Amino acid sequence: MTGSPLIRALDRVGIGFLVLLAVIAVIIPVGNLLVPASSPWHVSLYFVSLFGKYMCYAILALAIDLIWGYCGILSLGHGAFFALGGYAMGMYLMRQIGTRGVYANPILPDFMVFLNWKELPVYWYGFQHFPYAILMVVLVPGLLAFLFGWFAFRSRVTGVYFSIITQALTFALMLGFFRNNFGFGGNNGLTDFKDILGFNVQSAETRSALFAISVLTLGIGFYICRAIVASKLGKVLIAIRDAENRVRFLGYRVESYKLFVFTLSACMAGVAGALYVPQVGIINPSEFAPGNSIEAVIWVAVGGRGTLIGAVLGAILVNYAKTSFTSGSLAPYWLFVLGGLFIAVTLLLPRGIVGTVEYWWKGRGPKTRGNGVAPAGVAEPHPAE
Amino acid sequence: MPPRTTSALLYLDGVSVSFDGFKALNNLSLAVEPGEMRAVIGPNGAGKTTMMDVVTGKTRPDEGEVYLDGMYDLTGLDETEIAILGIGRKFQKPTVFESHTVEDNLLLALKSDRRVRKTLLWRESVEVSARIDRLLDLTRLSAVRDRLAGGLAHGQKQWLEIGMLLAQEPKLLLVDEPVAGMTDAETRQTVELLKEINRDRTIVVVEHDMAFVRDLDVKVTVLHEGSVLAEGNIDQVSANERVIEVYLGR
Repeated sequence: MTGSPLIRALDRVGIGFLVLLAVIAVIIPVGNLLVPASSPWHVSLYFVSLFGKYMCYAILALAIDLIWGYCGILSLGHGAFFALGGYAMGMYLMRQIGTRGVYANPILPDFMVFLNWKELPVYWYGFQHFPYAILMVVLVPGLLAFLFGWFAFRSRVTGVYFSIITQALTFALMLGFFRNNFGFGGNNGLTDFKDILGFNVQSAETRSALFAISVLTLGIGFYICRAIVASKLGKVLIAIRDAENRVRFLGYRVESYKLFVFTLSACMAGVAGALYVPQVGIINPSEFAPGNSIEAVIWVAVGGRGTLIGAVLGAILVNYAKTSFTSGSLAPYWLFVLGGLFIAVTLLLPRGIVGTVEYWWKGRGPKTRGNGVAPAGVAEPHPAE
Repeated sequence: MPPRTTSALLYLDGVSVSFDGFKALNNLSLAVEPGEMRAVIGPNGAGKTTMMDVVTGKTRPDEGEVYLDGMYDLTGLDETEIAILGIGRKFQKPTVFESHTVEDNLLLALKSDRRVRKTLLWRESVEVSARIDRLLDLTRLSAVRDRLAGGLAHGQKQWLEIGMLLAQEPKLLLVDEPVAGMTDAETRQTVELLKEINRDRTIVVVEHDMAFVRDLDVKVTVLHEGSVLAEGNIDQVSANERVIEVYLGR
């Protein structure tokens, strides 16, 4: 049988991208673990962790691109799902500390002992088991997105109104997690992790493994997104993005489609957060900050929305720029650079990097107009002859 | 299944809609028989588009009954449910999916299981391609099947939208101003196309263009201030003094 949706999902560029990821997943850990530190080919542990973090951001960017680039849902609160996944993983890591904490309490994490809590809150139950924690990593963001989306999409909240309430969502969660009595470590969050599945989170081997798993997850996430986008459902999503009412009058239940991708996207964001936490060693309420979610949208815009690969590229490039900037004397100006970048991309490169390359590649490059102002894939209207 | 209460395919009785005190529809009653093609005309603000909005579930009427097939009460249903029951609608401004190809536009419209899971796992089949080929032929769009719909000429977009309507295999087609902005040649071709479609489907056409309505040569309903002013063939209604007064006499 030809045309199986699962095979059709990948074009040549997609396969090339997955191969590239596979190579990175091998080369960087090898460069760190097997190449001696004296060799110029040695990859530092700092670099492994840094790029591991970027990979998590790239998964988040993919999740945003799926809903924004293909379905036109601009979520400015995806950082919330990322952070929730991160907290679920953090809770597992906290329970692994056991008696090695400052207060050596076998059950209660340090911050609870410090707050004079006598018992573990019910919602912390089960988090000492890794499979349970992983389930929560997907389930909590997914469920929240499902409920939130169910109300929002059914009431036909769209466009900027939807964006604003997602901002409110992440802001409300941030305020909640800042409170000590919420039971998630207040403004310190969760940190001082010792090990994950019995391996020391600080060791070079674990770092490399986490890096490789992040790259692998990115590959799986990319494949899932491609499969969706290449299916008939993907065409419906684009149709919703471009003419939502028309889709409704064709008999599609628009809210169900939106709910499906939004929930899936939130689950992906949760997984990204869960991979992020053991690599950076901390999760605290500032991850819910509204600015974080907006930044993630900028990555996608820079890389090119509606391209998937662009989202990944954007996340890595912008974050690399951020790392370079904020570690030097120019640090105070980073936000200006980010804002400037967003404005520049919107005005000069509305398709983003990958979108623009794709546009020229197809040979439909604009001949008379400076830089294609129409959104990707939309041809200019012609008047009737 | 509830029993039929009328032989009409589309039956509106005493429908009223008001927006902030303005009566867009005022006790409108209309019956369209199966297999019929009906032209609805009327001056601006007569309530033509509001009538379509009511039938397709976009607007809920304040009062009155709307029945499809004499058994489905449409007033409590939303756009999606009504579309699935078999009413297709073409908008006044041609609305196609601009970043999809002509072929994909038709594919999305083709009658199929609309649920999320079925759509995700959907696979192309020979039968589907054959149906799309037939629609492309009918709407004279075979040559541009791989073009993005956004790049089509205005008239072609109108036809594509009519093709999408057909792909839904509706019982009833509501067509809002199909020849707006078309050249004379395109208008004539559209008349032929609609007549061809009318062989097996019921159509309600809303139109401003009197020459076009004359060419269609079907029963005409004239709306004015939200209710029916006159009904009959084009010669009868154009001879009606009140019609001349509100509409044609200008």
